Amino acid sequence: MLLNTYTDSLDFNALTQWIDQALSSVMPAWGVVLTECILIGLCLLLGYALIALALIYIERKVCAFFQCRLGPNRVGPYGTVQSIADMVKMLIKELITIDRVDRFLFNLAPYIVIISSVLAFGCLPFAKGLEVLDFNVGIFFLMAVSSIGVVGILLAGWSSNNKYSLIGAMRSGAQMISYELSIGLSLMTMVVLAGTMQLSEIVERQADCWFLFSGHIPAVIAFLVYLVAGTAETNRGPFDLPEADSELTAGYHTEYSGMHFGFFYLAEYLNLFIVSAVAATMFLGGWMPLHIAGWDGFNAVMDYIPSLVWFLIKVGVIIFVIMWFKWTFPRLRIDQLLKLEWKYLLPINLLNLLLMVIIVVTGLHF
Amino acid sequence: MNLTLLLVVILTAIFLVVAALGLDKLLSPRSFNKQKGEPYECGIPTRGKSWMQFRVGYYLFAILFLIFDVEAMFMFPWAVIVREVGVAGLFNILFFMVILVLGLAYAWKKGALEWK
Repeated sequence: MLLNTYTDSLDFNALTQWIDQALSSVMPAWGVVLTECILIGLCLLLGYALIALALIYIERKVCAFFQCRLGPNRVGPYGTVQSIADMVKMLIKELITIDRVDRFLFNLAPYIVIISSVLAFGCLPFAKGLEVLDFNVGIFFLMAVSSIGVVGILLAGWSSNNKYSLIGAMRSGAQMISYELSIGLSLMTMVVLAGTMQLSEIVERQADCWFLFSGHIPAVIAFLVYLVAGTAETNRGPFDLPEADSELTAGYHTEYSGMHFGFFYLAEYLNLFIVSAVAATMFLGGWMPLHIAGWDGFNAVMDYIPSLVWFLIKVGVIIFVIMWFKWTFPRLRIDQLLKLEWKYLLPINLLNLLLMVIIVVTGLHF
Repeated sequence: MNLTLLLVVILTAIFLVVAALGLDKLLSPRSFNKQKGEPYECGIPTRGKSWMQFRVGYYLFAILFLIFDVEAMFMFPWAVIVREVGVAGLFNILFFMVILVLGLAYAWKKGALEWK
């Protein structure tokens, strides 16, 4: 019922329709499509770059406060321009290609990593009507494209002709493919509850109650498993052994310099954003405001906040939790890492899926 | 329209890499030094080749991953229609899952999940 009454205070559908009409009044149909495609591409690039820069700044600030430091505070007010300065610095560094690398694969690796993260980024539902790719197999497509990134990392490590890179890439590959299973199974648990894979549809179905609450215990377990697996999938803290600096210098991107290194850096932060955004969409209702059945006044107040703001708040909270993990737990060894996935998370996930199916089939969910 | 958009997103990604690399090539300095071409190995010359045989443990996990990933691919369509197929569908998928879990149990028993 709330579905029909919910109107966004910042409606993107109206905006896109207005742009479409304004364009079609001045140019032929093919021109409209072309201009819109270029606009979409530009918005995507802008969003991608802005989010990456903001995340790099946030990471450094959060990390500093966890260690009782100030973090970047010289460039701009409170150091806000620091990550832009870093990007400019990266742009004016020489691109060094060392001798005896596999040149083709060495140069191909950043492309694959960036393409995979931009494709996954394009699938995310940011707000009502603000979504580039909305397939009916949405979440499945998202998982498929984000797993292409592993190929890029393996290529980078292999082609560098450096033992550190090779070990880092092998560890990274083993870790990412293992934890992908947990991500897939915990998301499948939520697909069972949602009954659809289309991301916009999944968000709409959480209008009355977020899936984290309507799915009873299985949803909570799936959420926890997803958080652990997501942290491992992004190669972040306690699972950062592919680039454990004290043993492997920089892991798979040891030999990359300048903007080549910058791409791996960008993709890493964007993957953090994507993992958190998927968690927000599948478990916490995406851009849907918090609604409590029966509390009409409360719901009206919540609806007043734009959906984009809701989405960013939820993603921000999850990103903060993942950063918190990094400064709380010590780094795992590779045998502990694989044991955690194959002996604990995978069996738990399979049982959890079964439990969720039983709940859905018997109609015990809300 | 969706496929056009997919193409737009892929082109955007390629544009990002090409533009940033082009900018880097334009702005960055270039100098030649023989030492620069050495791979980083803590300051000492690399011994032997880096493209060598690697431990087999990673390969085992890759094979196991393949089995479970294909399984996930088969189960996603079922996950969408769980409500419609109901209890009968549940028993059908249980059969499939039991075989898979037996596979995992076999790998566990054989010690394929140990990192030695």
